[in-house]
Amino acid sequence: MPSLEEISKSVHDLLTTALPPVMALLTGFLIAGLLVIGLFTVLGLVLVFMERKVSAYMQIRVGPNRVGFKGTAQTLADTLKLVLKEGLTPSGSDKFLFNLAPFLVLITSMLLMAPIPFARNFQMWDLNIGVLYITAISSISVIGILMAGWSSNNKYSLLGAMRSGAQIVSYELSAGMAILTVVVLSGSLKISDIILSQQNGWWIFKGHIPVIISFVIFIIAVTAETNRAPFDMAEAESELTAGFHTEYSGMKFALFFLAEYVNIFIVCAIGAVLFLGGWMPFHIGSWGAFNRVMDYIPSSVWFMSKTFFLIFVIMWFRWTFPRLRIDQLLNLEWKYLLPISLFNLLLVTLVAIMGWYF
Amino acid sequence: MLEELGTTEQGDLIINVGPQHPSTHGVLHLVITLNGETIKKVEPHLGYIHRSIEKMCESLTYRQFIYVTSRMDYLSSHINNHGCALAVEQGMQVEVPLRAQYIRVIMDELTRLASHQLWWGAMAMDVGAITPFFHAFREREMINDIMEETCGARLTMNYMVPGGVAMDLHPNFRKGVKDFIRLFKSKFDEYDELVTHNVIFRQRMEHVGILSGQDAISYGTSGPVARASGVSCDVRKWMPYDIYKQVEFTEALETAGDCFARYLVRMHEMKQSLSIVEQLIDAIPEGDFQAKTKAVIKLPKGEFYSVVETARGELGVYIISEGGTTPYRIKFRSPGFSNLSALDHMARGGKIGDLVAIMGTLDLVIPDIDR
Repeated sequence: MPSLEEISKSVHDLLTTALPPVMALLTGFLIAGLLVIGLFTVLGLVLVFMERKVSAYMQIRVGPNRVGFKGTAQTLADTLKLVLKEGLTPSGSDKFLFNLAPFLVLITSMLLMAPIPFARNFQMWDLNIGVLYITAISSISVIGILMAGWSSNNKYSLLGAMRSGAQIVSYELSAGMAILTVVVLSGSLKISDIILSQQNGWWIFKGHIPVIISFVIFIIAVTAETNRAPFDMAEAESELTAGFHTEYSGMKFALFFLAEYVNIFIVCAIGAVLFLGGWMPFHIGSWGAFNRVMDYIPSSVWFMSKTFFLIFVIMWFRWTFPRLRIDQLLNLEWKYLLPISLFNLLLVTLVAIMGWYF
Repeated sequence: MLEELGTTEQGDLIINVGPQHPSTHGVLHLVITLNGETIKKVEPHLGYIHRSIEKMCESLTYRQFIYVTSRMDYLSSHINNHGCALAVEQGMQVEVPLRAQYIRVIMDELTRLASHQLWWGAMAMDVGAITPFFHAFREREMINDIMEETCGARLTMNYMVPGGVAMDLHPNFRKGVKDFIRLFKSKFDEYDELVTHNVIFRQRMEHVGILSGQDAISYGTSGPVARASGVSCDVRKWMPYDIYKQVEFTEALETAGDCFARYLVRMHEMKQSLSIVEQLIDAIPEGDFQAKTKAVIKLPKGEFYSVVETARGELGVYIISEGGTTPYRIKFRSPGFSNLSALDHMARGGKIGDLVAIMGTLDLVIPDIDR
């Protein structure tokens, strides 16, 4: 079976030989864009189905099992329903911002797809400041959420948006600090370099306790950043009905929903890249035979299984923990996580300078 | 300080919570005044599902009106019926057979268990954990099945009648209850692990919505809400009815008065109810399940009052009779109404999340408040 790297290379060769350079470039862009949209849809369908099944088994239920093979087409049916529904715009709302907000949130998550390496040398854009790009772009989505909450002319939406703003801005710091520890260790902001630096062991194994601490902080921070329970302040069903998207219906709601799930995928993918070696297979020191067996598994499978493992962990959180209160949430960040991550960054820098990692 | 918080100024956010809102469990309508996230005032507006049950009872006979009371606090319908039956029996001067008394008390305690289980799940859902709800319902289902076999209903039982109970126990009853006790005892550890010892849950509950013992008395709260503030008010202890005086159990008391104390009181009550059922299930005597009564009940002229401990607190049934077949006036003293009145006091100065947690621990059943 040809790897994703070979397929993309042959497509590229075909385009450059068959078309003039400008057309080849444009066609390449078009294909990449279509693939992102396709991946977006597929991820949305798969993740929503996965969430429903995971929650069902945690809650002694069966979950969707009627539409399609073992219920797999349930999300498709739901999407169809949402497409057919009327997209209401409440009176007194700021119509322009109200309609713009879901697209802003969606485009942000689409942009974040660019630097994610799905397999060995299979990456849309391996820019040299990849990590910086991710942290910068991911903070744009909060503008979309604030827009949605403010323009809805609904007090619940406004409260949800304000909470979400405070939360995302705060937790971005911890997430950034956690990401920085890996940057310090690998000495590069480029995603492919970070992955290559984990050839002889993933950072979570090589970096001792400091990296494990930053991994835990990273998982907590991104759970908060994606507005997932136990940090789902922005929606907080039992408090604010549906938070910032209370007034959204039909496809506009679906876009928020889709963006939420794709964001989970993206942050988990980043976590897998930084701490679990991205598409790198699992190797143990000098066990030649074992390592060769591991190498035989395609790199895309490695990447996806690591990412989906992290997604499962985040879903596990959601269906186990109660929700924090807004002031407790901010206390956790500013009084505990941020000081710990600052100190941890110093520790990691020391480890990196002294070369104490493996 | 509180006076200052109570006034509405320009810039305050006034929000209607309910009648349709996920955390009001039914159709409670609250108007809350917010300063940012901080609550300045909570105003419950009643009347959305008022069905004038007290007025309806005036045109129903003494046998009929008991059926309506199942619809008040639908989670403890047995106990409501029990209270009404006691008031009517008081007027009829009839002695209830011992077997019926045992059955009534067992049914009351099973109802209390079912009600507290639902509260446990719903309250966990209020603070954001959805999974415990399903775990609670798994066990509650067993009680419902037991009830269904004997009473023929799962929610509004109408099993207690003046003079005893409507029909004898189902042959499977004793086995079903014993199976349930055995299973449910092992579930307490699971409940504790999932919710009680959870750090986030403790943070949400401890030092939130504090009600002092003095305030608990002045607001007229009863049941677990008052007992969590250190007020000993269990009707089963202080004014035992039927065979409660022969049963050994301890009254769950906590002194902190916060949400977590109310949580612990109810968890403790579940264990006590289980032990009461365990004591009685093997001791049910043979005999009649109903005293011989006339088909048409007529109460003598006078006033009759009975009080029972429902899952939410003290339910008083006050009947004024003019000597006919229907009551002249009926008044219910429902626990939920008085407990709700303390909500504003407890929620002021807290956050929206606290309000939801407090409402969860008050265990409000709206049809009980809005009769």
